Amino acid sequence: MKQEIAVKVDDLTVAYNYKPVLWDIDLEIPEGVLMAIVGPNGAGKSTLIKAILGILKPIAGSISIYGKPYEDQRKLVAYVPQKGSVDWDFPTTALDVVMMGTYGSLGWIKRPGQKQKKAALEALEKVGMLPFKNRQISQLSGGQQQRIFLARALVQDASIYFMDEPFQGVDASTEIAIINILKALRKAGKTVIVVHHDLQTVPEYFDWVTFLNVKKIATGPVKDIFNDDNLTKTYGINYKVSIQE
Amino acid sequence: MSNAQLEIQVIASLVAIACAIPGTFLVLRKMAMISDAISHSILPGIVIGFFITHDLNSPLLILLAALTGIITVVLVEYIQKTGLVKEDTAIGLVFPALFSIGVILIAKNANDVHLDVDAVLLGELAFAPFDRLIIGGTDVGPKSLWVVGTILLVTVALLFTFYKELKVSTFDKGLAASLGFSPAIIHYGLMSVSSVTTVGAFDAVGAILVVALMIAPAASAYLITKDLKKMLILAITFGVFSAIFGYWVAHWLDASISGSITTILGLVFLAVYLFAPEKGIIAVLYREKQQRTEVSLLTFLLHLKNHDDLSERHVKHLNEHINWQKVRSKTVLDLAQKNNMITIKNNIVSLTQKGDEFTSKAIDYIITNEDAQIEDMKDDFFLFRG
Repeated sequence: MKQEIAVKVDDLTVAYNYKPVLWDIDLEIPEGVLMAIVGPNGAGKSTLIKAILGILKPIAGSISIYGKPYEDQRKLVAYVPQKGSVDWDFPTTALDVVMMGTYGSLGWIKRPGQKQKKAALEALEKVGMLPFKNRQISQLSGGQQQRIFLARALVQDASIYFMDEPFQGVDASTEIAIINILKALRKAGKTVIVVHHDLQTVPEYFDWVTFLNVKKIATGPVKDIFNDDNLTKTYGINYKVSIQE
Repeated sequence: MSNAQLEIQVIASLVAIACAIPGTFLVLRKMAMISDAISHSILPGIVIGFFITHDLNSPLLILLAALTGIITVVLVEYIQKTGLVKEDTAIGLVFPALFSIGVILIAKNANDVHLDVDAVLLGELAFAPFDRLIIGGTDVGPKSLWVVGTILLVTVALLFTFYKELKVSTFDKGLAASLGFSPAIIHYGLMSVSSVTTVGAFDAVGAILVVALMIAPAASAYLITKDLKKMLILAITFGVFSAIFGYWVAHWLDASISGSITTILGLVFLAVYLFAPEKGIIAVLYREKQQRTEVSLLTFLLHLKNHDDLSERHVKHLNEHINWQKVRSKTVLDLAQKNNMITIKNNIVSLTQKGDEFTSKAIDYIITNEDAQIEDMKDDFFLFRG
């Protein structure tokens, strides 16, 4: 049986002020994988996600989600931005932030109602944040804020989840909670794409990996391609050898 | 109270509401200075519009001026995008340039038109009731009342229609974009509303003070509430209160109405800044003092937990050994007793069971930073509220 392609990126080039950040990326992400995007700082990992989601305009290339442009497939996709990309002093509650995940299916103008609220409460329950639903978001810890973001993505009930560094600045228990939810998503047949920093945990957490450093270095199953050769190509040094005993 | 007085207060209140709504979102988007830029750089639009229509309340003038406002925003963003200067510098470059064009236009044509720099900068609410709107021979009220009323109606309608979109794109631009709510459309929509509102309020309060009406009520509300809807309502309330109260202050002092309104806005903010329940200066100072006491309490309880011998638990020992001043040891003892955490018999302090459990929990929290088990302690102790 041939696996379906969930996300296909063709010849994607993205530039900030004419300086390429992503250069001619070709990428096929099969349905149902839990994939890490790894690479050094400035490798364009977040940029790749943002370009796929239409947040950034590429200067060349095309993107398709299950064979169609992103604009037609928005409802199949959920996105968790970097936690630091928003102002957590914004006057709103945890429940309200999670509700924002339902806005996409509502479309313009229509307001969220009881159905959306119920979905949001269920998502809060899944990430263990139900007791905090009325808490103002600035009064949540970093790990709790990340869980809220994850709940907001869950509420979108998507087929493909993009997450930008969900493990950044969270404590160990939140990291475990998050990875368990991601694994549950994959088990349910969802495709999960995660920008990831901690190379140590890649083999344990993910089954698919993409090495990125402005260009795509490699992409495939972790067990086949997560090796010194690709790490060296991506990071420019053999990181295992470079760490002194 | 005369009819004219009532009309002035109604106009001022409507202006305040119309300003507070976009102002709330500008404050949340950290774009307060943009309103300053818009309010100044719409001047050439107003002047050119005035040359054409000879009527400060003409819709064409308002549209022309609002267009200049949008041009300001576009220019600021363009300069900023070059990466050569930061946003504040870009604002500082654009609006004086446009404003000065307006000033020169007024000066060059001052003989022909009734429009002077003073009125533009400070507005003249007192004259608003004299310019009436007459339809079919019937006087239906001051023109500026109709202008401001219309702008407010449109603003409120837009707010109700696009509340969800405004909220999500203000909080999380990336999510809004990925959901298909173009942040650019919402951004320019908000900028358009801000520009139109500024022009409408301009006549009443002038270029400098319209900024105060946009920013001060929203900033005051921001310190009090943690709910966007309440923030909007509070901002509107502060705005209207300042408008009406400011009018009467001007009346008593026989001073400028716009100046008085702005002074009241400033005083409202000052009061909120001092007395806001959580973010206010007094609340913060009180909280810090309480936290210091609570740390002392915890230190003291921990000491009791770790030491069994009587000499270590004598009241006097607090002064000598833990080395606190008398005042503080009394505060701490009182606090511990009030919470039934200790008992004192013959000047010997003992931990109660409650005190013992509290200490264990608190230490546990400080070590692990897991705050699920101390949820119920948050109500009584500032220390655990993060």
